[in-house]
Amino acid sequence: MMATDGSGALIICLLMGLVTLGTRLGGVFITSLVPLRPRVRGFIDGMSGAVLIAVVVPVALEADLAGRLALAATAVLMLLLGRPMPAIAAGIATAALLRAAGLGS
Amino acid sequence: MASATLSPCSARAALVKYASFSGLSRPASNRCPRAAAMEPQHAPSLTFADCRAGFWRMMPISTFVFVFGLALGLAARETGLAEVEIIVMSAVVFAGTAQFAALDLWGAQVPLLPLLATTLAINGRMLLMGATLYPWLRLLPPGRRYGAVALLSDANWAMNLNDLQHDRNNLGILVGGGFALWTTWQAGTVAGLLLGAGIPEPATFGLDMVMGCFMLTMVLVGKRNLRRAVTWVAAGVTAYAAWRWLPPNTHVILGALAGGIVGALWLERAPS
Repeated sequence: MMATDGSGALIICLLMGLVTLGTRLGGVFITSLVPLRPRVRGFIDGMSGAVLIAVVVPVALEADLAGRLALAATAVLMLLLGRPMPAIAAGIATAALLRAAGLGS
Repeated sequence: MASATLSPCSARAALVKYASFSGLSRPASNRCPRAAAMEPQHAPSLTFADCRAGFWRMMPISTFVFVFGLALGLAARETGLAEVEIIVMSAVVFAGTAQFAALDLWGAQVPLLPLLATTLAINGRMLLMGATLYPWLRLLPPGRRYGAVALLSDANWAMNLNDLQHDRNNLGILVGGGFALWTTWQAGTVAGLLLGAGIPEPATFGLDMVMGCFMLTMVLVGKRNLRRAVTWVAAGVTAYAAWRWLPPNTHVILGALAGGIVGALWLERAPS
């Protein structure tokens, strides 16, 4: 755990930036030493979608009914259109409208 | 971040296509001379004019990045980050999905190791992206080689790989386009902060759901097949169990590992 008061938050941001820069430069660097093995590629590929699901699951569980239906609307539109922007807009609009109608928590 | 703009669908297709001739995923025994002949021989061009052209070529797509930056600014204000903190984060991290995930873990205390591990898990795909550019980048001196990928992102990577594969031996879109994406990401973040200042109760407008909806679209924007679906289910079930029964902040890492293990065990059939 690290406190976000004082300069703590900025230090956390810089560390995040370092890790991210490592992934930008690391692919070129590692490949210059040894080609990425298929298993490693498979692991990274599987992980890249899985981590997003792992973040979303508790968000859905902790959300109110309007929030859950917002996520559902986003998922349905993504499956139908495949374009993120309208899907996110529909999700946010769903949450706003349902809460205005008194279906929030 | 820009995975939203130019769908990783095409990016991943390009990656698979590339891996088929680059030898990146080729067994050591299979060294066919034809593949070797397709290895690039001349260092790609990277002049200021190339970068300027790449910058303007990326600008239309960058407008989407602006909107996502705006969403991040709104969500960050709602999470309680100071303005300078979120501006610094956007400037040095420059990876939207990881930044949204960071907001999810943010509070008076931030679990540092889970946050950095999550950042690594989300941005790990850039390791694969950088690896696909190596056959061209290796022809450059190290300074230019690593400088060229300093602003690597989904959209400029996909466009540049496409260029290189079609004999446009030029890194202008990677560097100049990366700078266009970075610039619009900063502008969007600041715009979101300014806009958020005028909204007293963000949840009323559904803005507390921006992060969750964004994450969900980033999952579904890529290739959808049974293998991916199984990694998602494994991640979802693991994350739920960890969230329910294990210590706080373990669910993201364990869910990511579960999906990664499925991905490592179930390899995509190499394109022939």
